Amino acid sequence: MSQIESAFGSPNRAMSSQEGSMSLKESRSVFAVNMRRRQLKEKAFFGVIFCATIVAITILVYLIASIWSDGWPYLNWDFFTNFPSRFANKAGFKSAIYGSAWLGFLTLIISVLFGVGSAVYLEELANRSRTNRWIELSIATLAGVPSIIYGMLGLGIFVRFFALGRSVIAGALTLSLLIMPVIIIAAREALKSVPTGIRTGAYALGASRWQTVRDHVLPSAFPGIATGVILAMARAVGEAAPLIILGALTYIAFVPENMFDSFTAMPIQIFNWASRPQPAFHDLAAAGIIVLLGFLLICNAAAIYLRSRWRSHKP
Amino acid sequence: MIQSHASSILETRNLNIYYGDKKVVRNVSMKIPKRTVTALIGPSGCGKSTLLRTFNRMNDFIETFRHEGEVLFEGTDIYRSKSDVTEFRRRVGMVFQKPNPFTSSIAKNISWGPLVNGYVGDVNELVERCLRKAALWDEVKDKLGDSGLALSGGQQQRLCIARAIAMDPEVILMDEPCSALDPQSTLAIEDLISELKQNFTIVIVTHNMQQAARVSEFTAFMYNGDLIEYDETSKIFSSPAEKLTRDYIVGRFG
Repeated sequence: MSQIESAFGSPNRAMSSQEGSMSLKESRSVFAVNMRRRQLKEKAFFGVIFCATIVAITILVYLIASIWSDGWPYLNWDFFTNFPSRFANKAGFKSAIYGSAWLGFLTLIISVLFGVGSAVYLEELANRSRTNRWIELSIATLAGVPSIIYGMLGLGIFVRFFALGRSVIAGALTLSLLIMPVIIIAAREALKSVPTGIRTGAYALGASRWQTVRDHVLPSAFPGIATGVILAMARAVGEAAPLIILGALTYIAFVPENMFDSFTAMPIQIFNWASRPQPAFHDLAAAGIIVLLGFLLICNAAAIYLRSRWRSHKP
Repeated sequence: MIQSHASSILETRNLNIYYGDKKVVRNVSMKIPKRTVTALIGPSGCGKSTLLRTFNRMNDFIETFRHEGEVLFEGTDIYRSKSDVTEFRRRVGMVFQKPNPFTSSIAKNISWGPLVNGYVGDVNELVERCLRKAALWDEVKDKLGDSGLALSGGQQQRLCIARAIAMDPEVILMDEPCSALDPQSTLAIEDLISELKQNFTIVIVTHNMQQAARVSEFTAFMYNGDLIEYDETSKIFSSPAEKLTRDYIVGRFG
């Protein structure tokens, strides 16, 4: 009781005493409040960032609108079912769409397996040793390496050393390397956000680390990991540079039948069409861009959906 | 100090605990008797939670943790025994300060621990028995499939106790189990503790002196890493041997 009394009693006494109110008055006088100037600065700040946003959105809208008007006439059923051709009105996107689907599928499997695996190792199992910290630093650095460098690495290792040739699997392995750092970082963030109490609670029941991670940590982190993976996949499917270095072909009149077939991909086909002199092919490239953009938008929408579902499921 | 009691289940001998260079528990030797409630009290940072966590080796997850001396469970040093630490945690359960139910259903919260440890009995029966023991059955029997997180704080903590009971441990460690709860839930948990001591040995860390007096038979007072006094609760609260203990209990510090 006496504790409670003193806790509540002392500040009141201080407030009512003479010294208390004196110091309060003095402290008031040292604030030079200039509300008008502060509000002006606030308005100016908002004006600048509003302009920046508008400029960015305008450029984006203009780009999309101009691509749409160029590509729209070519976006018909034939575009999806025809193979590339040297006649613009017969050329289609089929082999590029199939190639990208193959690439995306294989890249997804490889990068999730290794990326999420590495993240679980680094976040849940590894200690803070020097080696592990070095690995972490390397991964962060790798996330910033230009994609064309990964293309050269893929050419050296997968195409030449492992003699996989210019195959879908060589491309998928290269793209996996490219997005793995991003997936590892995203997955680690998702794992970090799982409350520690869930882990300690599981360990206290005599569970092993693997049981704890499998049954509690990974399911809790799943939406975050999935978001990261989808965004990384969107990047992989939009990459042209590493695949060009690998030597992916631009004229493919067939659909890959297994993972050792040669392939083309949407961004490569777009690049090829855009670099031709005939204007009709430029419009074809625009149509290809619309398809690719559509795919990327679907990816992003899926990521947003997963994240919002995650938030609503949290207590 | 405690007279040679019938049989002790946990014992520390000259236990020192360090976090890095900082010594947080100094030369603590104590015996915890079977089927009793032992309370660890003391001001914040006195090492009582750290001591509690050595009893099921939860400190292993803190990288700077280091210890000297022995921690005996049924006579074997838990830090030196060859058996797996998970096998031993199965026998020493824990309830944490903040209720931490799993995100899965109420029933799965209870059955998960036994199942990963190879339980082959009737799971539904186990779930009901543990929820009844934790005085939670009547409140949740119609929504066993709901998420454990949908329960109130007090219910969550009782779910965590039920989860610990499900492993049929010999000891249940409780780290300030009521600090995040309202008075009514606190009362429910205290009743539960008195109920559980017939089958389990309970070691409870608490900041609430009245709680220690109400639920425990033995009380250990720790200060600044030292075990100042350890005796029957009635003695600690009526005529403590040490001046420091008396000062803490009457609220002169801490």
